Amino acid sequence: MVKEANDVMTFDVSLIWDALDEVMDPEIPVVSMVEMGIVRDVKIENDAVIVSMTPTFAGCPALDVMRNAIVEKLHAIGIENVQVKTVLSPPWTSDWISEAARAKLKTFGLAPPPMHGGNIALYFDEPVACPYCNSTNTRVTNTFGPTLCRAIYFCRNCHQPFEQFKAL
Amino acid sequence: MPNDSLAQKILTLADDSFILGHRNSEWAGHAPILEEDIAFANLALDELGHAHLWYELYQELTGVEPDRVVFFRDANEWRNTQFVELPKGDWAFSMTRQYLFDLYENVLLEKLVNSTNERVRGIATKIRAEEIYHLRHTSNWVKRLGLGTDESHARMQNALNELWASALQLFVPLENETELIDANIFPDLKTLRDEWQDKTVSHLSASGLIVPRVLEPRAISRAQHTEHLAELLNDMSSVARLEKFGVEW
Ligand SMILES: [Zn+2]
Repeated sequence: MVKEANDVMTFDVSLIWDALDEVMDPEIPVVSMVEMGIVRDVKIENDAVIVSMTPTFAGCPALDVMRNAIVEKLHAIGIENVQVKTVLSPPWTSDWISEAARAKLKTFGLAPPPMHGGNIALYFDEPVACPYCNSTNTRVTNTFGPTLCRAIYFCRNCHQPFEQFKAL
Repeated sequence: MPNDSLAQKILTLADDSFILGHRNSEWAGHAPILEEDIAFANLALDELGHAHLWYELYQELTGVEPDRVVFFRDANEWRNTQFVELPKGDWAFSMTRQYLFDLYENVLLEKLVNSTNERVRGIATKIRAEEIYHLRHTSNWVKRLGLGTDESHARMQNALNELWASALQLFVPLENETELIDANIFPDLKTLRDEWQDKTVSHLSASGLIVPRVLEPRAISRAQHTEHLAELLNDMSSVARLEKFGVEW
């Protein structure tokens, strides 16, 4: 049932979350921004829907694309007044990436980051499993990859380069 | 409330990160190896991202919008250190500068995550994890080049000789900085400098490099700049480069 555009009060917040769960991360189109932990909060206030999102890496150039994608999606389900807020605290951590999303990252050829509980440095020298063959016989070739959030590895077992979503 | 001193201090942090990010972006397409081309592009983007967070806080404190601050100031209105505005030099020079700066940011952010100012704390916490990657990268390179060939060693030592006194300007307090220290918003730069010096000296020695015996910063006032800043700002008005890095203001 299509609701009146201005009547956002009758929108169930969970429906808005469902819609947002269909908005993909522009840099990794197999996972949604909800699964990545980028969308933090959805609130209905008066006639507006307020979505809070948080950047992964501070300099992430995809931020505006993400903001627009959220607005577009909510417009598409009939919500006219959408406000997207950027929040910094608590800072995004890769530990927020859901289990389901981690599996999808692998199918995309991206090794998921380790769960680090706030101490990234502890995992710097941990072996990273190849997303193609699961071998841990891999080496890092560059901790800085094609985007801020990716590092480049090489798998010595299947002789393929692959990328890891960096721990943050 | 030391709000004005806070705004001035935030502007220095923003300007330092911004100008250094801009300098590093000049390596795009010119780094000695492809991996480093990518790495320096990332470092640049990170620094510009961090600058942007500080400029946003500056806007909250003063009402001045980030794009005005970045595109409509003359050189003498910028508050970055001369250290970050010096031309990129050779690869050893840029690497050494980034290393010295990363370590400074590292010791600073470690304190700022406990700042009594909630916004300062939030931004510091956000960017600290990224800085861990920077420092790891640049300290590895410093060692590699310092202990590398005769030529790489000589270039690193030259870079260090040239940069050290300029780097010390990072630790020169602003006029009303004591207000911020008393309010536990910012740490005392004297303590910070000791900590930075201990860490850099130990790593640089382990990398076969000798720290110059210089105690006085080359420049004191952040309102005074070399001719290189004006050139950089001129060059920057061709916004194209920033757009290439995906930064929106
Ligand atoms: Zn493999």
